Amino acid sequence: MSENHEHRTPVALSGLSPDDPHLQPAAKNPLLVERLIALSFIVGTVLVVLFGYFYVKNGTPWTLGATLGGGLSLFGIGLIAWGKYLMPRGPFVEERHTLASSDSEREAMANAVVVRGGSVIKRRKMLGGLLGGGLGLFSLAALLPLLRSLGPLPKQTLDHTDWKPGSYAVDITGRRVHEDDLAIGSIVTVFPEGFQNTDNGQAVDQTVIIRISNSDFTTMKGRENWAPKGYLAYSKLCTHLGCPVGLYEQQLQMLVCPCHQSMFNVNDGAMPTFGPAPRPLPQLPLYIDAAGYLRAQKDFDQPVGPGFWERS
Amino acid sequence: MSSANTKRAKKQALGPYGKVGQAINELDERLGVAKGGRTLMDKIFPDHWSFMLGEIALYSFVILLVTGVFLTLYYVPSSSLVTYHGSYAPLDGQHVTEAFASTVNLSFAVRAGLLMRQMHHWACDIFVGAIIVHMARVFFTGAFRKPRELNWTIGTTLLILAIANGFLGYSLPDDLVSGTGIRIAYSIILAVPVVGTYLGFFLFGGNFPGSVIIPRFFVLHVLIIPAVILGLVGFHLFLLVRQKHTQFPGPGKTENNVVGTPMFPVFMAKTTGFLLFVGGAIALLSAFAQINPIWQFGPYDAARISYAVQPDWYMGFLDGALRIMPSWTFHSFGYTIPWEVTLPAVVFPGILFTVVMAWPGIERKITGDNAMHNLLDRPSLRPKRTAAGAAVFGFLAMLFIASSTDVIANFLHISLNTVLWAMRVLCVVTPFIVYPVTKKIAQEVGALKGGGKRKTTNVVTLTAEGEYVATPAPVYVDDAVHHLDPTPVPTFLQPEEEVRPAESNGTRVADR
Repeated sequence: MSENHEHRTPVALSGLSPDDPHLQPAAKNPLLVERLIALSFIVGTVLVVLFGYFYVKNGTPWTLGATLGGGLSLFGIGLIAWGKYLMPRGPFVEERHTLASSDSEREAMANAVVVRGGSVIKRRKMLGGLLGGGLGLFSLAALLPLLRSLGPLPKQTLDHTDWKPGSYAVDITGRRVHEDDLAIGSIVTVFPEGFQNTDNGQAVDQTVIIRISNSDFTTMKGRENWAPKGYLAYSKLCTHLGCPVGLYEQQLQMLVCPCHQSMFNVNDGAMPTFGPAPRPLPQLPLYIDAAGYLRAQKDFDQPVGPGFWERS
Repeated sequence: MSSANTKRAKKQALGPYGKVGQAINELDERLGVAKGGRTLMDKIFPDHWSFMLGEIALYSFVILLVTGVFLTLYYVPSSSLVTYHGSYAPLDGQHVTEAFASTVNLSFAVRAGLLMRQMHHWACDIFVGAIIVHMARVFFTGAFRKPRELNWTIGTTLLILAIANGFLGYSLPDDLVSGTGIRIAYSIILAVPVVGTYLGFFLFGGNFPGSVIIPRFFVLHVLIIPAVILGLVGFHLFLLVRQKHTQFPGPGKTENNVVGTPMFPVFMAKTTGFLLFVGGAIALLSAFAQINPIWQFGPYDAARISYAVQPDWYMGFLDGALRIMPSWTFHSFGYTIPWEVTLPAVVFPGILFTVVMAWPGIERKITGDNAMHNLLDRPSLRPKRTAAGAAVFGFLAMLFIASSTDVIANFLHISLNTVLWAMRVLCVVTPFIVYPVTKKIAQEVGALKGGGKRKTTNVVTLTAEGEYVATPAPVYVDDAVHHLDPTPVPTFLQPEEEVRPAESNGTRVADR
């Protein structure tokens, strides 16, 4: 290197001599810092090599993470310390140059956009209009099929479930629920028979049956005979955000939604007594057939689950 | 001897900067890189700890990309059902979706799979957090002011995208907890007045759950949103370089300069080290702190539910808002607006992010300040802005706490009703307390003489007469560097004097 000095000392450019204070390290004891950094690089290297070893040996996640994380962290700390304590401490400065152009340059730009562009369009107004109108219609036309291909229209989908008059109530395994199945205070999640394994059946039709007493139970006026022998059925979809109302507080006779803590009074037509749910859970009218199985008299009398615009 | 001579001749032919110099010549002839490259290397980065908050966000995003690519190699975005026969025995024989099965498999059967999954999740939580803390820095120091309004808007957009993509990624394993989250998201979409059901049916391909939501979330999560984030991050950094960094006022610092350390090599060393450190810290977290053990939650089943679960932390404020909102449903003329959902989950975040995004314009309207600002504010010198920001953070913090009402009630053994009403009151009251208190504190601190500056030490000496004399030390020892006048980055270093006389040119010439 030494023989090339004559090439390297060129014309008068601004420079600093190597002993300039701006070029000195910030560390008071650079040798000590250098040794510490060397140590962190050495230990870091050992750790990343160990990471490779554990990877080959299919080590546990924590050995992999500890060696990888430890190694990277030590490399990082060493490199940061090198930059912060051993490299020229500065401070250095640079000027900001205004980003704005000169007035004449701005005018030239505005002129090019407004006058040059404008004159071309004004001369052929009809062409501009046709092109603009055509492309505008195209963007609308492109938007519609894109949206429509994504999914079906809602129509009346949200108003109905798969519960039909006479549907058997079955549990998740498809077993029909019999009038002797539940002790008082018990609860079971049921679906209309044939839908217990379908997405819609699980997401929409899910219903809880609670046995509240031994005798026919009326939750409110107009719902006489809906709960034969104390078998009460409510939609399991919370009317707040559609979470399954999966907790039954037996002593309080409350159904509780674990998502946002809405509570529904089972005795009182599942009226919400606490939390953000706005409506009672819809009740499914049941009857017990001659063989003693629980069946639906008809579908829910209103949409299940959370509110939506078209819900009348 | 002759071989040494040819070596030297070759070296001489390459010129003083050797092969690197040759490569620069070749590149510059074709692309013209020398001038711009040199300017970029001399670019000055001001030093302040708060300027590295954005770097945490950037580098956790790098970790997200790297670990995310790893995960896509093993994850199967499908909701078709399979029977699980993997290494996690408790799930053996269960019918689960391919999405769930592949996530469990990549956690247990793929080398380092669980580590990568946990790093991805931790990096996401840190990514969103770092963006928010970085934004707080920019907000409270006024760095968003002219000419940087556009970059503030891009940053806010990045925050929204990061939250959205976090939610989508959290949903992909199709476990019981995340599936309930998707159910709630669907119900929130339904709550949008007029078009809600259409939006929900188009997004989910029909009524919830349908079979397309996992593949659709997947393509959004790994392709579309990351591409947009990447583009916006690039633009964010381009604007940073073009407009140059802001700096705090201080000796030698003006509106028209930047004082600090140059890009090459000082800043580059520090920032590369920081990238390695962020990666290392995330790996250590993932090694020792378990996150999202989906095999314990089990696969999603629309009729099942778990208890005492919260979403990832950045969704907490929305969940809290949903919990404390009273059931004010609107039902009339045959139509329903479920305000108990629409207000906290649609209207509120809409207003919040719109105000945040428009803040530079709003503040300019209020103050009438249309000047260029390259020097930062100390928060105490802008009491009203600081108080407004603190009030919003106070409100959000209360909503966040409200997302754990059930856990708090259980933990403190008090009634859920008490906790709920306490949180309702706190959410309303907190901003009205935080604003005046913060404003007063800021005014007091701002009025202090020498406030915000480090105090210099007094040196106490005992005189021969036994008298103690306190003299202020001229400079805080570690601050000596700040008392040098800043200098431009040197164009070259004057070479050191030759220190090895034995190897002088004369000897070598004689050898020849």
